[in-house]
Amino acid sequence: MRHNLMRRFSSNFAMAVMYALTALALVPLGLVLWFTIAKGLPAVTNLEFFINSQRPSGIPGSGIANAIVGSAIIVGLASVAAIPVGVLGGVYLAEYGSGRWASWVRLASDVLVGAPSIALGLFAYALVVVPQHHFSGTSASVALAILMLPVVIRTTESAVGLIPNGLRESGLALGLPRWRVSLQLILPAAAPGVITGALLAVARAAGETAPVLFTALGNQRLSFDPGHPMSTLPLVVFRDALTPYKDLQQEAWGAALVLVFMVLVINLGSRWVLRRQIRLARQL
Amino acid sequence: MAAAVDSPAIAVAPIPRPPDRYRTFTAFVSWAAPASLILIVAVLIQQAWPSVTRFGLGFLVGQDWNQVTNTFGALPFIFGTLVTSAIALVIALPVGIAVAVLLAEPGQQGLRGALGTGIELLAAIPSVVYGIWALYVLAPWALVHIETPITDHLASVPFLGGVPRQTSLFSASLVLAVMILPTLAAVSRDVIRAVPRGLRESTVALGATWWETTWRVILPAARAGIFGATVLALGRALAETVAVAMVIGNRPEIPHSIFSPGYTLAAVIANEFVEATGDVYQGALVEIGLVLILVTLTVNVVALLLVHSAKARAAV
Repeated sequence: MRHNLMRRFSSNFAMAVMYALTALALVPLGLVLWFTIAKGLPAVTNLEFFINSQRPSGIPGSGIANAIVGSAIIVGLASVAAIPVGVLGGVYLAEYGSGRWASWVRLASDVLVGAPSIALGLFAYALVVVPQHHFSGTSASVALAILMLPVVIRTTESAVGLIPNGLRESGLALGLPRWRVSLQLILPAAAPGVITGALLAVARAAGETAPVLFTALGNQRLSFDPGHPMSTLPLVVFRDALTPYKDLQQEAWGAALVLVFMVLVINLGSRWVLRRQIRLARQL
Repeated sequence: MAAAVDSPAIAVAPIPRPPDRYRTFTAFVSWAAPASLILIVAVLIQQAWPSVTRFGLGFLVGQDWNQVTNTFGALPFIFGTLVTSAIALVIALPVGIAVAVLLAEPGQQGLRGALGTGIELLAAIPSVVYGIWALYVLAPWALVHIETPITDHLASVPFLGGVPRQTSLFSASLVLAVMILPTLAAVSRDVIRAVPRGLRESTVALGATWWETTWRVILPAARAGIFGATVLALGRALAETVAVAMVIGNRPEIPHSIFSPGYTLAAVIANEFVEATGDVYQGALVEIGLVLILVTLTVNVVALLLVHSAKARAAV
C-alpha cells in the first residue's frame, strides 16, 4: 500500500514539475509582449510616428513611415516572386509527390527553412548588389523571396493534401485534364490554407533583419524606388536600439511594437482560418 | 468461348497516354527550392575564394581578426557560436521536453490548445524583437540575478569566473534558449504523438502511473526523434543572427568566462560586412558565412533524417 502511495505521489509530483516547466516556457512570451507594449506604446500613440520619416536624435516629430513603406515594397516584391513559384511547387508535391525527385524537393525545402538567413543576405549581395554597384530594395527582395519559398511550398503541400481525393476523382471522371482539376478544383478548395501559408511566410519575411542588413541597407528618407536603398521595420529596431539616444531607443520600441502587432494578427488569424479549413475538409 | 476471350489476339494494346505537361511544368517549378540551395552554396564559395586560397584550413583555427594587417581567423567566432548554442540547448532541453510531453498527452484539449498557441507565437516573434528585449530587459536582469551571484561564489570554476558583463556569451545563450524552445517543443511533440497508442494503453493497463508510463515507455520510445528535434534546434541556434549580435558584446576573442563578451559567426557578418573593404576582408566574412551555412545544412539534414526515421518507425 505504502509503495503504491509513493508511486502515485511521485507521479503527481512529476506532473506538477512538468506543468511548472511549461509555465516557465510561456514566461518569456508574456515578458516580451509586455515590455514591447509598455515601452512601444508611448511612441505609437503619436500619429506623427506613422506619417513622418526618421529624423536624427534630438529633432522632434521623427517617425517610421520610410520603414513601413520600405517593408511593404520589399516584402511585396518578394511575395510576387515567391508565392506563385511556391504554390506550384507545393501543388506538385501534393499531386505527384511520391517519387524520389519529390522527396529531394521536400528535403531541400526543409533544409532551406533552416538555412541561416544571414547567408541569404550574402547571396543576394553577391548576386544583385555587386553587379549593380549599389544597395537596393530589390536585392533584399531576392533574399526574402528565397526565405519565403520553402515555407510556401510546404504549407501549400499540406493544405492541398487536406482536400479529399473524391473531389479530384469526380473532376477526372468528368473528363477534365489534370491541370484543370488541380488548378480549378483542388486549389480553390484549398485556398484558405494556401493563403494562410503565404501570409505566414509574409510575416516571417517582414520580421527578418539579417537578410536586409547589407542588401536594402537602410534609408532615413521616404523612398518608393526599390532600385535604391530602403529602410525596413526590423532595420529601424536593430539600428536605433543600439544607439545611446533615448529618443531613438523609444523609436525602436515603437517599431518593434508595430512588428509584433502585425505578426500576432497574422498568426492568430491564420490559426483560426486553418482550424475552420480542417473542419470543412472533414465534412466534404 | 472462354478460351477466345482469354486469347492474346483480343488483348488491346495499352492506349498511349498523352504526356502530362502539367506534371512536367510543376516539377520544373519545384526545382526552385533545390536549385536555390545549390546556387547559394556555389555563390558563397566563389565569393569566399580570395580568403579560402589565402588562409587555407588555417582560417578555421586562426585566432587573429585584424583588418589592418589583413589576417583573419575564425576560431573566436566558431568558439562563441558553439558555446552559446550548447548553453542554450542545456537550458531549453528540459523545458522543451516538458512542453512536448504535455502537448502530446491524449485527451482533453482546452488548456493545451492555448499552450500550443502560446508556443507558436513564441516562434513567430521576430528575432530583432527578442534582440531589443534581451538588450534592455533580459541582460540587465541576468547580470544582477544570475551572473553576479555565480561569479561571486564559483569564481574558481573554469569559465565561470571573471567580471560579469551585461553583454556576454551567457546573455546571448539565454535569448537563444528562448528562441529555440518552440522548435524543440513542436518537433518533440510530433515525435511523441507518433508513438503508437497501444504502447501507452498497455502500459497503463499493467497498472503503471502517468509518470512511469511517460518516463519508462513513451520517452524511451521517442528517444531518437527527440534527439532529432534537439539537433534541429541546434541548427536554429547556430544560425541565429541579430538577437545574438545585440547582446553578445561583439569582441573577437576567446573569452575566459561565459560571462564575458564574445562573438559568433553570424553576428560578425551582420556587424562588419557593410564596412568591409578589400577582397580579403570581405572574402573572410563570406567564408565565415560559408562555414556557417555548410555546418547548419549538415546539422539540419542529419536532424531531419533522424526525425523522419523516428516517425516512420513509430508508424509501423
